[in-house]
Amino acid sequence: MYSFDFERPTTVADAVAALSKEEAQALGGGQTLIPTLKQRLASPSVLVSLSAIEEIKGVCNDGGVLNIGGGTCHADVAAAAASDFPALAKLAGNIGDPAVRSRGTIGGSLANNDPSACYPSAALGTGATIVTNTREIAADDYFQGMFTTALEEGEIITAVKMPIPEKAAYIKFEQPASRFSLVGVFVTKGADGVRVAVTGASEDGVFRWTEAEVALNGNFDASALDGLSVSGDGMISDLHGSGDYRAHLVAVLTKRAVTEANG
Amino acid sequence: MPKDNGIGASPKRREDVRFLTGAGQYTDDINVHGQTYVHFLRSDVAHGTINKIDTAAASEMPGVVRIFTGADFEGVGGLPCGWQVTDKDGNPMKEPAHPVLAQGKVRHVGDPIAAIVAESLEEARNAAEAIELDIDELPAAVDMKAALQAGAPLVHDDLGDNLCYDWQFGTDTETVDKAFAEAAHVTTLELRNNRLVANPMEPRVAVGDYARANDESTLYTTSQNPHVIRLLMGAFVLGIPEHKLRVVAPDVGGGFGTKIFHYAEEAFVTFASRQLNRPVKWTSTRSEAFMSDAHGRDHVTTIQLALDADNNFTALRTDTHANMGAYLSTFASCTPTWLHGTLMAGNYKTPAVQVNVKAVFTNTVPVDAYRGAGRPEATFSLERLVDKAARELGVDPVALRRQNFITQFPYATPVAVEYDTGDYNATMDTLEKMVDRAGFEERRKEAAARGKLRGLGVNCYIEACGIAPSNLVGQLGARAGLYDAATVRVNATGSISVMVGAHSHGQGHETVFPQVVAEMLGIDESMVDIVHGDTSKIPFGMGTYGSRSLAVCGSAMVRATEKIINKAKKIAAHLLEASEGDIELKDGQFSVAGTDKSVAWGDVTLAAYVPHNYPLEDIEPGLEETAFYDPANFTYPSGAYACELEVDPETGKIEIIQFAAADDFGNVVNPMIVEGQVHGGLAQGIGQAMLENCAYDENGQLLSASYMDYAMPRASDVPFYKVDHSNVTPCTHNPLGVKGCGEAGAIGSPPALVNAVLDALNGGGYDVAHIDMPMSPSRVWQAMQG
Ligand SMILES: Cc1cc2nc3c(=O)[nH]c(=O)nc-3n(C[C@H](O)[C@H](O)[C@H](O)COP(=O)(O)OP(=O)(O)OC[C@H]3O[C@@H](n4cnc5c(N)ncnc54)[C@H](O)[C@@H]3O)c2cc1C
Repeated sequence: MYSFDFERPTTVADAVAALSKEEAQALGGGQTLIPTLKQRLASPSVLVSLSAIEEIKGVCNDGGVLNIGGGTCHADVAAAAASDFPALAKLAGNIGDPAVRSRGTIGGSLANNDPSACYPSAALGTGATIVTNTREIAADDYFQGMFTTALEEGEIITAVKMPIPEKAAYIKFEQPASRFSLVGVFVTKGADGVRVAVTGASEDGVFRWTEAEVALNGNFDASALDGLSVSGDGMISDLHGSGDYRAHLVAVLTKRAVTEANG
Repeated sequence: MPKDNGIGASPKRREDVRFLTGAGQYTDDINVHGQTYVHFLRSDVAHGTINKIDTAAASEMPGVVRIFTGADFEGVGGLPCGWQVTDKDGNPMKEPAHPVLAQGKVRHVGDPIAAIVAESLEEARNAAEAIELDIDELPAAVDMKAALQAGAPLVHDDLGDNLCYDWQFGTDTETVDKAFAEAAHVTTLELRNNRLVANPMEPRVAVGDYARANDESTLYTTSQNPHVIRLLMGAFVLGIPEHKLRVVAPDVGGGFGTKIFHYAEEAFVTFASRQLNRPVKWTSTRSEAFMSDAHGRDHVTTIQLALDADNNFTALRTDTHANMGAYLSTFASCTPTWLHGTLMAGNYKTPAVQVNVKAVFTNTVPVDAYRGAGRPEATFSLERLVDKAARELGVDPVALRRQNFITQFPYATPVAVEYDTGDYNATMDTLEKMVDRAGFEERRKEAAARGKLRGLGVNCYIEACGIAPSNLVGQLGARAGLYDAATVRVNATGSISVMVGAHSHGQGHETVFPQVVAEMLGIDESMVDIVHGDTSKIPFGMGTYGSRSLAVCGSAMVRATEKIINKAKKIAAHLLEASEGDIELKDGQFSVAGTDKSVAWGDVTLAAYVPHNYPLEDIEPGLEETAFYDPANFTYPSGAYACELEVDPETGKIEIIQFAAADDFGNVVNPMIVEGQVHGGLAQGIGQAMLENCAYDENGQLLSASYMDYAMPRASDVPFYKVDHSNVTPCTHNPLGVKGCGEAGAIGSPPALVNAVLDALNGGGYDVAHIDMPMSPSRVWQAMQG
């Protein structure tokens, strides 16, 4: 680790001010950033911890929209969403291990936008709104490819608003080593129709499988997906699976998610 | 009533008290006053010519004590290989130089180029970034077969090619060819035994400390065998005589073979501490461990079995390429030859067996022994092959095995070794009951109704432990003896310290060894402690690997204890005014046969140290004896393993339903510890079969360089095991009749898993002949796509 200054503001305003310094970087739960620092792959001059900002922590149900503070850790989301949004609780409750879940935050996960991370599929799959210190961004506009988002330098995710769907399920097929998603599919059926968000698979990061959405809008049953498939082109190919295998899993897991969502 | 003391009892592991309360003393817990820290700058390319290493600016960085490069090691010995293998034409293997720090070329990702010694680790790392390196990257030799082609990049230019040796062993070619020509059926299988990274929980650490006042060096290191390190480093690398070099391996957090070997970092901290007159400490990061700990396995094999019309095995032939990596690690050369070829007969009375092994240098991390060392590779090839033969012939795989089992002992195989005892049908009988093999087809049907493919895979294994008879291994090229040693020091009050050459790094010696001594003397185990891991305290024993501790070092301890008993009887005879021949030792009392006269253990030991009433004219005072024990033969644990599992045909994902192991370990001293050893071995075997895959790309970059990509088995990946060791054919040539249990689990389990997956797929209508390990979901799915 290179040396850096450390700040721990208690308000979003102070954090924004601290982040305006040259080479400053936000620190959420540190579950991605700290390992990066230890490997000397990043060298911020100031690390601005968001962990003391109470106003960006916590979960509440605002008339059918789950409002999750950007600094809320995965374990707290898993507990708070258990009754209102069990699919999301399951997703949060299966990220990493207890230590990761007690430190890592939803804001950090969405800011990082790892192509294998779980939360991006929930945000895109629910049609969530990413709230920052300056604006609100629709999930459809927020994710811009692997590790790339609409966030500007120094912008802080303060909350994520997720409309609670009528039906939903998340199926994660684990990469055997990291246990991130080799492929993860988040399916929802809500007021605005069906959304199918896929993580882990594409070289462009999380994406919506629109063909499946159309079919499921007609009939929200796994059988509606018979014969549908995605192409292996543009899918991640690595030690753990070829692009074709990932593409195959997208179809299998989407069916399983629909079946699970239907209970 | 189960025993609660001595041989056969299962006392809880004493060492766990300190391990579980955080009181263990690992090498990284050792900090020497005034110590410096070393960081190694390692190659990030697999192969390259070093044009220049400019350390001038880096040397001026804050905290830097000194920066060393290969140039500082001109005239210093390289890291030695402990075994010289002779090729099939009678020529010695090629033995490249292995400098402590790279000289002229880098040969694998992780090869150390410079060592930065500084007042703190952070300062050393900062300085490393200021070193200017000029390295011309060269094409890398990665794939073994390609590395043997003409024109392949040369790992060592002076060797002319990348072939370390071409070894042949066993039955002559003419006999084997004839058997294959006459065979009614020939089964052929090509497979890969996947490369593994041992990943002990504790990474390697080394601290070098030099006392100029008396010219003594101490090396604290994470080793399975401190005396072997003292020998190799003292004699071959640094030229330090034994009495000036102490090697201490304190608590060690797992070894699995990878901590047998003498590593560059150990030699470096010892060398540098003498140069600088300051202690030097190195602690490996996990990332460094992936690219500097010796890797395991990595064989590519073609194996063929000839059968007659009655399905009797008539000949076996193997052709293996074994990866050595870029340099020869300490026991790299013997692992694919003498520890592999000699086990190729397996449990079968195949009359002709020929083993061919080409050892190949590549631009990868050196490969050496890893839990099982050669025997897992032999077992895997053979037991996969026999299963394939059964499928091709349409016969029951267990019946085919039983038909060909060796049943008469001793049995001399065509590959040099003589099995002393065994009963392979007995362990197979037990296994079939443990897994309810008879009921399997019903379970397969039930699973099919749920859309799952269920399979049952069975295999047997034999291995060679208790390494090893010194005269034999000497003839085979070993450059050291493989006896072990123990000193039994009885104190005045009767308590006992046993100094042993074996080293415990998870095995539980501190619990088990006292059980044996207590049993022999009829005293309580709590009166006995063992001392291990410090060359200044223990006799010159060879350490722990190859499941040898109890069979070899334990035998030395028995011999030393026998000497103690003999002497104690003389003292007792004097005290009881009886003749020595009439003295009996039972329950810690010496008595005169046929009388009620007796004297207690403690009275005799006190007399030995306070010899007021003592036969000083006949025997010396004191009660301390040492024995060295050199085994007459290897020991041959054997057994039968089974795995039942389900494959999800949509995803290729495997779920293990049950795993059973029926072992014959000979006599068992502590059943609980034996079970623990089997459990650990099975977890590693399951890891190899299902998860672990050390992979390089074609440029020699390590793809699986962290836990993000290298999958270790976790609790949820393994089932609750069923283990049995009730079938006992005691070893005939060591005093305890023990065989060794440390590696069996890792040796015996991978074929059961692969056989089970293939049974599931073929039973479900998929015609799949083989799947390479690890059987990741994607590989299983791919295999099902035809
Ligand atoms: C062992 C392990 C297993 C894991 N398994 C999974 C898994 O299965 N699925 C999964 O989805 N994830 C997994 N993760 C990742 C985990 O979810 C991390 O918590 C998450 O990716 C990053 O969140 P964080 O709060 O720790 O962010 P940090 O590591 O602190 O920061 C990550 C990045 O986000 C920025 N950032 C942080 N907070 C904010 C904010 N509020 N606004 C703007 N930018 C911000 C930082 O500047 C940094 O660039 C795993 C991590 C580990 C260590």
